Amino acid sequence: MAGVAVHLKGIGVSPGVVVGPVAKLSPPPVLPAGMVPSGDPDADIQRTREALDRVRAELGERSAHAASVAVDVLSAQAAMAADPVLAASIFGKIRDGRAAPEAVKDALAAFGEQLLSIGGYLAERAADLEDIGNRVISVLLGLPMPGLPIRDEPFVLLAQDLAPADTATLDAANVLAIVTEQGGPTSHTAIIAKSLGIPAVVACKGAFAVQDGTRILVDGMTGAVVTEPSEEEVAERVGRLAKRRAAVTEYSGPGRLSDGSRVQLLVNVGTSSDIERAGLADCEGVGLFRTEFLFLDRPGAPSVEEQRETYRRLFESFSGRKVVVRTLDAGADKPLAFVRMADEPNPALGVRGFRTARFHPDLLDDQLRAISRAAMGSGADVWVMAPMVATPAEAADFARRAHELGLPLAGAMVEIPAAALRADHLLHAADFLSIGTNDLSQYTYAMDRETGALPELLDPWQPALLELVRITAQAGQRAGKPVGVCGEAASDPQLAVVFAGMGVTSLSMAPVSLAEVRAELSLYSAAQCAKAAELALAERDGESAREAVGTYLDSVLQT
Amino acid sequence: MPEIRAKVGSAVGLHARPAALFAAAAAASPVPVMVCKPGGDPVDARSILSVLTLDARFGDELILSAEGPRAAETLASLAQVLETDHDQAQG
Repeated sequence: MAGVAVHLKGIGVSPGVVVGPVAKLSPPPVLPAGMVPSGDPDADIQRTREALDRVRAELGERSAHAASVAVDVLSAQAAMAADPVLAASIFGKIRDGRAAPEAVKDALAAFGEQLLSIGGYLAERAADLEDIGNRVISVLLGLPMPGLPIRDEPFVLLAQDLAPADTATLDAANVLAIVTEQGGPTSHTAIIAKSLGIPAVVACKGAFAVQDGTRILVDGMTGAVVTEPSEEEVAERVGRLAKRRAAVTEYSGPGRLSDGSRVQLLVNVGTSSDIERAGLADCEGVGLFRTEFLFLDRPGAPSVEEQRETYRRLFESFSGRKVVVRTLDAGADKPLAFVRMADEPNPALGVRGFRTARFHPDLLDDQLRAISRAAMGSGADVWVMAPMVATPAEAADFARRAHELGLPLAGAMVEIPAAALRADHLLHAADFLSIGTNDLSQYTYAMDRETGALPELLDPWQPALLELVRITAQAGQRAGKPVGVCGEAASDPQLAVVFAGMGVTSLSMAPVSLAEVRAELSLYSAAQCAKAAELALAERDGESAREAVGTYLDSVLQT
Repeated sequence: MPEIRAKVGSAVGLHARPAALFAAAAAASPVPVMVCKPGGDPVDARSILSVLTLDARFGDELILSAEGPRAAETLASLAQVLETDHDQAQG
């Protein structure tokens, strides 16, 4: 039955257009305090028996369709729901005068404790048992079944928000798209969806009111969510997606716009295990190598030699390509055992990033020395940059030290509005700038990026943040020096277009985002990118900026 | 009471799928079957949770017991389920 199309709007965090039936993820049931037994234990036992049976049947059904890994867990879960000893224990408690849901909870808890006490594999099964309990109790209380929904056909998963536990068994083959009412662009949902390649829209107000089973369109690029969409709307969106998908398969190699202008595509590397994997990515180098992993969780600083080894490994993986190393970004929020920091009431505004070098100059010099030695003869084009630079004097100090230690290209990260506003002056000494949009957003809006309460304040599309990016990029153009973006924002394909339109020369992101960004950039000319940037800056908030750019870029594709 | 001894044949131990298969086979048997580790308390073999809490690993010996007209054949067939490597069989 086709109803009236209702248009909802969220933040698209993982691109793709799909249409499918909604299945809602319900929260686990909460037992009301002081439940009173019905007074008819036989009837309660009968209801509980039926609830167990229904849960067993659903889990059994699900295991028949599940991917190989999940089959074992699901069939074991189904067997638990059919366990006669468990049932006898529940029924015994009901006869003893417990309300049915409480009897279920207690009996399962007793078995769960036994499994936990054995540990290992069996301890993990305790969570499966708890899940069964939640399902049985929900049936008894007449609530929707909690946990990941079970459906015969692929569905659009709709949730208030997803917790890591919810996504652990998420089956990418069965979930067409994810829509959450809460969350933001950096929420767990966004990260998981991106890594699984499932289209996703977060912060979609009003979405959770959509009824189970409703046919819904999800556009993970624009953030559009449409219930009961018309055939025309689906066709249009799918058509645009097809053009974008074609671009993904058609293009590889260096980033370029449709008129051939270049935008360098780089990857972020932050752990030792990332190094080799990143080397295989289709990218022009590393735009941000975070070095903290070398320093964290150890009693003393790593020696120059130890650091050199690690840098060497990275540089060799990127021989012939560019590698931008960010020097240690420590502070009260990322404390190091060997760097004594005074207690700070507000670590985000304390001595962190390049500021620590004032108090521990040797730490920085040793690191620069190790990078310089590792770079020698490695074949990689090694650049270094300092985190959290606030003033031109800091940028100049860092550049001087790096140059003295044999590193010819030394830049500064722009993460503080002061640095962006004075980018021209930073570039007197700095050889390049790299904008860290996550911190720049946090310091521009005075909103901790770990705080999810007001996601619109964390939206990287907000014009004030974009304005600072533009100021920085234009300073780079005037000075003839590169300006990159290496925050989460660079992995948003349409924001990448906006950055390119402002004159940003490189974008650094997680390897998984490269293909989509490369494809989107390839669809527009430099003039069209500039127009997109202009449109975004003319808007009053992030949501309308995203919408204006999305509509404009769609219109370019439609012609 | 008739008894039979059998060793756990599944490499993963009497966990997950092997435990579910064993409990299901016991549930389908014509007579109730108890299972225990030597010296341990016997538990209902139809109960996957009880079977799991035996924490029987690969090669562990278990004692199956049953009473009734078809006890001997039931025990023999359950012993066989126990000794099969179900993970292997799955491929």
